[in-house]
Amino acid sequence: MAVGLEHYLAVSAILLVLGIFGIFMNRKNVIVILMSVELILLAVNINFVAFSATLGDLVGQVFAMFILTVAAAEAAIGLAIVVIYFRNRGSIEVEDVNLMKG
Amino acid sequence: MIVAAAAFYVFAAILIASAAMVVSARNPVHAVLFLILAFFNAAALFVLAGAEFLAMTLVIVYVGAVAVLFLFVVMMLDINFARMREGFQRYAPVGGAVGFVLIVELAGVLGTWNFAPAAMNLRMAPVNEHAHNTAQLGALIYTDYVFLFQSAGLILLVAMIGAIVLTLRDREHSPHASRRQNVGQQVARRKEETLVMVDVASGGKTMEFFKKLEPVTEESGHGHDDSAHGHSHGGGH
Repeated sequence: MAVGLEHYLAVSAILLVLGIFGIFMNRKNVIVILMSVELILLAVNINFVAFSATLGDLVGQVFAMFILTVAAAEAAIGLAIVVIYFRNRGSIEVEDVNLMKG
Repeated sequence: MIVAAAAFYVFAAILIASAAMVVSARNPVHAVLFLILAFFNAAALFVLAGAEFLAMTLVIVYVGAVAVLFLFVVMMLDINFARMREGFQRYAPVGGAVGFVLIVELAGVLGTWNFAPAAMNLRMAPVNEHAHNTAQLGALIYTDYVFLFQSAGLILLVAMIGAIVLTLRDREHSPHASRRQNVGQQVARRKEETLVMVDVASGGKTMEFFKKLEPVTEESGHGHDDSAHGHSHGGGH
């Protein structure tokens, strides 16, 4: 590894904070919220890979691959829900999602 | 070594900048394109860390599949982009506060944290410097972690079925209704309704006979299936 573990962890921390900031900022757009979740999962993956490279342990990369799988499945299901929600309501604003409130 | 360090800083800077653009872009299409850029740079960081297979997987899965899926959905939905930005100022203070608290906490953890002395002895699968990254990962996934590998496949199957079931449109009443198979109707058919014994007259009168027979099959038919059957029956002769 060219640079120390701390540099990777700093990048990953900034990425995680940006993702959470994105969830708070884009309350109107579910698609950008899904993209923010993808950024958060990418930060987790960077952490896994950085620790795996520093310790010389391959298990971190194995788990990063499974996180990748779950993130892809989550994106597919989330976008399917967005599509049927838009079909029913004509908008994708999160604040409108109170159909189940009764 | 110095080149690799410089490359790391360049890729990390582009990664963070494009991530900031993802959450603040005015147009969702631009946000998706910046997401693709962010994933490319993250893959470069993985390569620098020695995880080549994961880097290529990231490019294939994210840039090739997930980002294109996002792009399709963004372009398919007719969204009013101007209304999307309305609450931006309203949510900026609380989002900024939460982000600030989180980054301070993470910086505190990063400043005081170090490895446990026994960490190097707790490794599950030490890296072999002489073998290729992909070969080592394969040897690990298909032996020790084969159950997790199978579960990952199951998760993808469930996600695929779920996405299809969620977005499948029921077009029963539309003019272009698809011809569905109704198994119950097929099984409930009786011999008397569908089968007619005829004495075929000899000498070229066959077609007239079937023309005469046509209303009978229409009357006893149940929907598409039987009428289609009747036509094919008539056409076959």
